[in-house]
Amino acid sequence: MGRERGAILAIYKVQGRERLSTLILEPPASSAKTEPTMTDTAYDVAIVGAGIVGAACAEEFARRGMRVALVDRDFVGGGATAAGMGHIVVMDDSEAQFALTRYAQRLWQSMRADLPDDVEYEQSGTIWVAADDEEMAEVRRKHEYYGTRGVPTEVLDALELKKLEPNLHEGMAGGLLVPEDAVLYPPCAARFLVEKARQHGAALRLGKAAVQAGRGVVGFSDGSPISAGLIVIAGGAWAADLMPGVEIKKRKGHLVITDRYPGFVRHQLVELGYLKSAHSVSGDSVAFNVQPRKTGQILIGSSRQYGAEHAGVDHDILDRMLLRAEQYLPRIGTLAAIRTWTGFRAATPDKLPLIGPWSGDSSLLLATGHEGLGITTSLGTARLLVDQVTGAKPEIPAEPYSPSRASQEHVDA
Amino acid sequence: MSDERTEFDVLVVGGGPAGMAAATVAAECGVQVAIVDDNRALGGQIWRESSRGGQHEERNHWEARLRARQVQLLCGYRVVDQPEAGVLLAESGEKYRELRWQRLIVATGARERFLPFPGWTLPNVMGAGGLQAMVKCGLPIRGKRVVVAGTGPLLLAVAAYLGKQGAAVVLVSEQASWGRLARFAAELARFPQKLWQGLGLRRELAGVRFAANSWPLEAHGDSRLEAVTVSAAGKPANIACDYLACGFHLLPNVELPLLLGCQLDGDYVRVDEWQQTTVEGVYCAGEPTGIGGVELALVEGQIAGWSAAGKVGEARRLFPARARAQRFRRLLDRTFALRPELKRLPHPDTFVCRCEDVPYSRLRPHASWRAAKLHTRCGMGPCQGRVCGPATEFLLDWKAESVRPPIFPARVMNLARHHGEKQQPGEGLEPELET
Amino acid sequence: MPSEITLRVNGEPVSVPRGATVAVALAIRGQPCRKSVTGEVRGPLCGMGICFECRVSIDGVPHCRSCQIACQPGMDVRTDE
Repeated sequence: MGRERGAILAIYKVQGRERLSTLILEPPASSAKTEPTMTDTAYDVAIVGAGIVGAACAEEFARRGMRVALVDRDFVGGGATAAGMGHIVVMDDSEAQFALTRYAQRLWQSMRADLPDDVEYEQSGTIWVAADDEEMAEVRRKHEYYGTRGVPTEVLDALELKKLEPNLHEGMAGGLLVPEDAVLYPPCAARFLVEKARQHGAALRLGKAAVQAGRGVVGFSDGSPISAGLIVIAGGAWAADLMPGVEIKKRKGHLVITDRYPGFVRHQLVELGYLKSAHSVSGDSVAFNVQPRKTGQILIGSSRQYGAEHAGVDHDILDRMLLRAEQYLPRIGTLAAIRTWTGFRAATPDKLPLIGPWSGDSSLLLATGHEGLGITTSLGTARLLVDQVTGAKPEIPAEPYSPSRASQEHVDA
Repeated sequence: MSDERTEFDVLVVGGGPAGMAAATVAAECGVQVAIVDDNRALGGQIWRESSRGGQHEERNHWEARLRARQVQLLCGYRVVDQPEAGVLLAESGEKYRELRWQRLIVATGARERFLPFPGWTLPNVMGAGGLQAMVKCGLPIRGKRVVVAGTGPLLLAVAAYLGKQGAAVVLVSEQASWGRLARFAAELARFPQKLWQGLGLRRELAGVRFAANSWPLEAHGDSRLEAVTVSAAGKPANIACDYLACGFHLLPNVELPLLLGCQLDGDYVRVDEWQQTTVEGVYCAGEPTGIGGVELALVEGQIAGWSAAGKVGEARRLFPARARAQRFRRLLDRTFALRPELKRLPHPDTFVCRCEDVPYSRLRPHASWRAAKLHTRCGMGPCQGRVCGPATEFLLDWKAESVRPPIFPARVMNLARHHGEKQQPGEGLEPELET
Repeated sequence: MPSEITLRVNGEPVSVPRGATVAVALAIRGQPCRKSVTGEVRGPLCGMGICFECRVSIDGVPHCRSCQIACQPGMDVRTDE
């Protein structure tokens, strides 16, 4: 453990969660643009990446009284945060995934009253759709699983499902309703968190592309480095560019958004085969995943590709994704599609994110690798990270997300 | 045409002057040609059919030549995507067509530039070409008071047309300076056809007030337009009216060329002397290569048509005519460039994005179009930024981002091709949606 | 062929000259096409099918650009109310 980090931990252990009054707080800015000149040296924490995860981390650290710099090569929430669905969902792929998603989902719930309108937070719930009896068995398993862990769910038979979602194909066997799941609009959620961070004194540096990070220094393509006791890498799919030893791979996804058709679907609808798609560690896959937005527009996903580096639309994948959606929602074909786009998720080999210190460098912390759950788990990620830094006991075990669990050790430069 | 053919030697996108000329000369060379156009009839905007009858002589000439050949006409079809190289997906209502081509001629024309100002969202505030189009489609205009505003030769043409239909054109408000307009008028002498048209317009517009150095400040009304405040001679003037026909010159429709990967020179599609773009086999003619009016569009269309049909000799014969017509294009650019005062037209609460009701004040803090779009929803509506994009480009110097399919809103089922195994709409698929 | 045709706008009959567009039928009726997301009444802007301000529901199909569609006898046109 480095001396500087030990010192910071010592300070915070003594002062607990109180803001350090000796720090000079920067005034909150009224615009989203980068603030004018401040000497960019000696922050407590520099966070690379102003997506939803970086923004959540900035808010947490700043609220605890640390001097935070949040940097991004472009604008707030422009990466996967802008591309993804904004689904806040509990998942049961593994205990660790469940713990983190449930923890973070409850944090979002407690924040919902503060969220401005443009964050479009809506507790529309999720319905996991079962197409056959085999999938209904899975529904009942999930119902049991969530029941024992305090997550309310409801098993729907075919008739009940049809009543809740009349546009679903006739032949569905039923589904599982998870009423506490929600949706929101991620870029504005990220912006909201950044604004809160700035109210607590965080500095925002946009348009700065980090080219190197380590040993308490973040170097940028325009010169003028930032030094910080701790550096958080929240660069999503580009984390591996900054941290060569980190096992993050880009996982491309496609989305389509329609014109306004209020009430066409009422809940986020996901096929149970989604889990098989998310499971696959190689090969391209699509899965039915559709979301109603507060505007009444329908967001259609989802797809996963490994190895695709270009951001253009792949028509093969788009075809398969839309055909899959038509199989579940036959009338979706008649809706007008306004836009298609792609994005890159940050995927790790074991499908769990990397949250915590990087063993090769005592100044580095990772907060990345969230694959399709970045929005959901962002608030939980920030809490876990801050708890690890301050030495507080995290509310859920942090070991499953530890970056040093990775098989490839980072070699000290 | 009932021909169900979907493979063509030459496919022409756009049925205005450039497209009609291109398709005609190519067809006269014996190649299989189709025209695909969003409108119900040929002619594009400038040669739009009128339900009141009466037709442009030059248009009649080209239409007659076109119809003498077996050119397949796909009217009412919008090109929305390029699902694979050499194939365009076109949609019309529930129907779609996959159009396979050997050579493609993009003649997608232009649209008006709209700039936001207070009250511009009131019903009966329209584009200049917009109001003309509505009148051609049957809108009663006799006895209605109209203010025509903005910039460009279109204003005079619209004012003359409306006057002929019985409208009371109260004012033509042109933002260009008297100096520029005088030079424009003098230069017209070098373009005899234009001069003749100009003199004709002068006759038709006798008695109509014309103000240069003038622009709209505010449109007033409760649930529809009732009056306009215009800046004229440096002072605001309030004018009661029924319609405001306001457009700030023309913008090239370059979404399709961009989707195909064609390079631009500034705002226009880059073409060589054969009207070929930077993409092999894709040609471009008319307004997308530069706003130059009908004459240039006809010349470029013919060159593109002959080039696509392999008739380089015929194409080369028109190079001098094109060079002459291009001088007019440069004259237009110079004369009707937007003055910086127009950047101050919108108030902070003036909507810039009309699809999503995003006011100017919410856009200004952002550094780029993409940032603004993601954070305010500007440009996320069905117009896909065709109205607000050019406005923000002028007001805030933002550059638009790259184009993705669909380049026009399209039915989800039409985007979901499956390489021939196309799922047809099932029987009983009513468009009525559950709510 | 009659020179006028009749369609219904929000349940009321409207007669227009043959060849007129649905947008024109609405204008003759003094009826705005739609309400914007903040509730402003809107009518056609571009007249050529790219601005989407003229959208109405025709025979149950929403989001139809009325300036691009010729009136047909018996058409059922509905605007935002």
